Amino acid sequence: MNDTIAAISTALGVGAISIIRVSGNDSLNIVNKIFKGKDLTKVTSHTIHYGHIVSNEEIIDEVLVSVMLAPKTFTKENIVEINSHGGIATTNKILQLLLTNGARLAEPGEFTKRAFLNGRIDLIEADGIMNLIEAKNEKSRQLSINQLSGKVSKLIKELRDNLVSIISNIEVNIDYPEYEDIEIVTNETIYPELLKFRKKLINIINKSKDSKIINQGINVCIIGRPNVGKSSLLNTLLEEDKAIVTDIEGTTRDIVEGKITLNGIILNIIDTAGIRKTDNLVEKIGVEKSLDIINKSDLIILMLNNNEPLTKEDKKLLKMIKNKTNIILVNKNDLDTKIDYSLLPNNIIKISVNNDIGIDKLKSRIIELFNLGSFETDDLTYLSDARSISLLEKSLIKINDSIASINNNEPIDMVELSLKESWNILGEIIGETYTDELIDELFSRFCLGK
Amino acid sequence: MLKYYVEESGDKMEYEVIVVGAGHAGCEAALASARKGHQTLLITGNLKNVATMPCNPSIGGSAKGIIVREIDALGGEMGINADKTLIQMKMLNSSKGPSVHSLRAQADKITYPQEMLKTLKKQKKLELLEGMVEDLIVDSNEVKGVYLKDGKIIHSKIVILTTGTYLKSDILRGSTRTRSGPNNEKPSQHLSDNLKKYGFKILRLKTGTPPRIEKSSIDFSKAKKEEGDKTPYTFSHDIEPIYNVENQVPCYLIYTNSTTHKIINANLSKSSMYGGLDDIKGVGPRYCPSIEDKVTRFKDKERHQLFLEPESLYYDDIYLQGFSTSMPENIQEKMVHSLPGLSNAKILKYAYAIEYDAIYPTQIKASLETKIIKNLFTAGQINGTSGYEEAACQGLIAGINASLKLENKEPLILKRNEAYIGVLIDDLVTKGTKEPYRMLTSRAEYRLLLRHDNADLRLREYGYKVGLIDEERHNKLLEKEKTIKDLKEKLKETKITVKNVKGPYGTNVYDYLKDPTIKLEDIKEKYNLELPYSKEVLNQVEIQIKYEGYIKKVEREAQKMLSQESKQMPEDIDYNKVTNLASEAKQKLEEIRPNSIGQAMRISGVNPSDISILMIYLRKNYNE
Repeated sequence: MNDTIAAISTALGVGAISIIRVSGNDSLNIVNKIFKGKDLTKVTSHTIHYGHIVSNEEIIDEVLVSVMLAPKTFTKENIVEINSHGGIATTNKILQLLLTNGARLAEPGEFTKRAFLNGRIDLIEADGIMNLIEAKNEKSRQLSINQLSGKVSKLIKELRDNLVSIISNIEVNIDYPEYEDIEIVTNETIYPELLKFRKKLINIINKSKDSKIINQGINVCIIGRPNVGKSSLLNTLLEEDKAIVTDIEGTTRDIVEGKITLNGIILNIIDTAGIRKTDNLVEKIGVEKSLDIINKSDLIILMLNNNEPLTKEDKKLLKMIKNKTNIILVNKNDLDTKIDYSLLPNNIIKISVNNDIGIDKLKSRIIELFNLGSFETDDLTYLSDARSISLLEKSLIKINDSIASINNNEPIDMVELSLKESWNILGEIIGETYTDELIDELFSRFCLGK
Repeated sequence: MLKYYVEESGDKMEYEVIVVGAGHAGCEAALASARKGHQTLLITGNLKNVATMPCNPSIGGSAKGIIVREIDALGGEMGINADKTLIQMKMLNSSKGPSVHSLRAQADKITYPQEMLKTLKKQKKLELLEGMVEDLIVDSNEVKGVYLKDGKIIHSKIVILTTGTYLKSDILRGSTRTRSGPNNEKPSQHLSDNLKKYGFKILRLKTGTPPRIEKSSIDFSKAKKEEGDKTPYTFSHDIEPIYNVENQVPCYLIYTNSTTHKIINANLSKSSMYGGLDDIKGVGPRYCPSIEDKVTRFKDKERHQLFLEPESLYYDDIYLQGFSTSMPENIQEKMVHSLPGLSNAKILKYAYAIEYDAIYPTQIKASLETKIIKNLFTAGQINGTSGYEEAACQGLIAGINASLKLENKEPLILKRNEAYIGVLIDDLVTKGTKEPYRMLTSRAEYRLLLRHDNADLRLREYGYKVGLIDEERHNKLLEKEKTIKDLKEKLKETKITVKNVKGPYGTNVYDYLKDPTIKLEDIKEKYNLELPYSKEVLNQVEIQIKYEGYIKKVEREAQKMLSQESKQMPEDIDYNKVTNLASEAKQKLEEIRPNSIGQAMRISGVNPSDISILMIYLRKNYNE
């Protein structure tokens, strides 16, 4: 961690200004080598300076350089940020210059990792920053800021406080068994408290899942045999949407092909990459791969054709999506009916993509399925990342274990075991309990540049 | 072998081990070292006060009772000594699960020390000496013996300090501060200053004790009688109960009242701790507050619980548990007389608070040898703990490890999943303490494994390996282990034939017993089970089966901890060279120098991010 790292912090190619961030002990010296203007090693901290980036006396760009000295910086290291004006080529050139002058290209998420390792932010905040970078709409931006400000940490701390008060009541009874004026804690007395706690936890989990949808959108996958009209449907959806979220190469997951918004919520259309080229999901990439894509999706849209009987492949696909949230579209309703509707569920939607019939029905079905109409958007103090939500769910399982132990007439110190586990798991969310894998996993998910 | 040693000029006395202080820690340390065959000298200020109980007249209690079982399993003396001299016995938490069952005995304050003295005197290779140690002989950071107040010099290879509350102790009562140990015993005036001279950081601690009341002056009709259990128990794994359950001496329960609280509030400023003395430095234990603390901190409580506990069959003192105070004597009189049944009570000994010196326990290793001076071990209150049991178990470990060191063997270090003793020592040397440290079950994260019932199964093997458990007792253990295994197999093979019981708990007796409502005793006739086993074996098997799922779960947790524990820290690591470590973490790591990543993770002030940085550093620089 002694070396100095550099990366382009803004999205490449969008906006008039790009920022290149340099962090580490040597950041001033390195930038100084390619900067013509004031001697950056002599300026005061947190100041901005005008000048030029030069290479062999050749001016590369006219820039503003911000100098921020340790420790009051994002990474708690010396940071220099170069604001350049020159578009992709120039920005890349400046980065190249920095790298040849002693900086190392930052790994994905390395700035945030340093901020975390240097004790600048806790795990939740680190997660929050990641969400902020990835935020695609106003609601999710607000959510990220809440997470960042520690509101979520507070929420989790409150849950842990609730739990620790139950636990400590049990503990005090064990360690001071003969004190008659201490309230005696039994399975019967903690039972209602646990039910209350469980209700609260479930509520937070549900709201967090909503938050995840607000923050990350709904992953939608359109599947079907060749020539059922998947591309047409996708294009129709994309064209209709005025607020298309453009994808910036290298900054998002490459499996997302296009994004549309619905009621302010993003639908990530998952690319069945390579699938569309041959247009044959089942044959080309095999059942296993399609299962994988289906599993990654929150919603499966299966397209069938009105004017063809169900094929073997159709039946396979129908079987595959049975346990997932799905919508079955029967396209080409302007043509003669050859499909056997008795083999399909009742809630299919008949559409005709080419004639723009049934698209509204599809949209309202999505809104209905994900409750998008009733999202509470005023209170966004919830966890929105998959890791936190899965930990919340794990801690709920432990609470359920405790409740089961009570129903099973186990002694209270056995009941308490799962309560402690639940408490520890909640601690993991805010980084108060330590596990190895957590940090590795967390930081591998950061994208380059922050 | 009692020998009063008189030094003749030119004579050079030499021992392998010197133990300084003959309290609960000192007695165990001296016995362990001598039993392991090392010539040992035990020095105490007053031979009449060997293993005295200057505070409460009981041995054991929640968690503490399990420590006594562990001491016994390892071959220590406290359990047997308590069994010989107890006047009441109770199994605490018996209504809760087996992981928190714990014995507590009212022990006789006269016979307990007497019996211990007899044992010490009978012990081969052990000599006793009255004297006051004031300094150590130290040569290039290695201890070579001790200097006594009277000028004697005694040499040894190892010194174990078990000085209790006697380091610069002050008795505090009202506005008076008296340099004295408990019961008017002489304190050591210079030893703690000399330890400071050698580089030890010294901690000032405080504790207190309640007044003693003359039994005949108490009207017990106003109090609630608390009797001992009708089932006989022993701490020791090797002896049968020798007391008569019908002849146990009762304790009594009473409560304070609004008059008591009024007296305390009106006179608060006279209490040493509330203004009576303005030079209090000692930090007292939160878990053992004085009655002043209780009344001021919990203003809403109308009454506080007090126990009247007999101290001995041979004299009349009643210990007024829960009423420790540092009020002046005249106020103590008023306070005591306000209590139900005590309006005419005669106070035999006034309550007091005591301040004393200890060393920061992060300055010692898990073997209990100090990091600063080689071959110097410390145990008991000098390490910042409180309680007879906490002291005794450290004394035992110090005695064992001193001997192992003489024998060039690795020290015995018990892990957190093996013994309360392991939890205690790990807490001390890893986290340190700011107040007198008392063991609580909640400190043990794997307490389901650290039960009263399995202390021998957990620790006897260690006792045997270090040489404190003889062949006979070891064979008994092996036999017990085998019987348990066989019985479990047998129960697995016994099929349940009766209908209706084939529920979630399976089809054989083993699985059937997992139902919390089913007891082996209740079903043995139904299934024609012949169970010619001891009560201990039956109980053990039943617990192991009934809580199997829970036990396995905790064992998995413990395994995770052990895997961190196995990541060793290099001996030569310089934490100052690990860049990016928070400065607090650097300082703590440098101070404690943990043995493993696992231990480093438990140091307060070392954050998860510091651990990541450390692990990255180790990987880079030590190829781990």
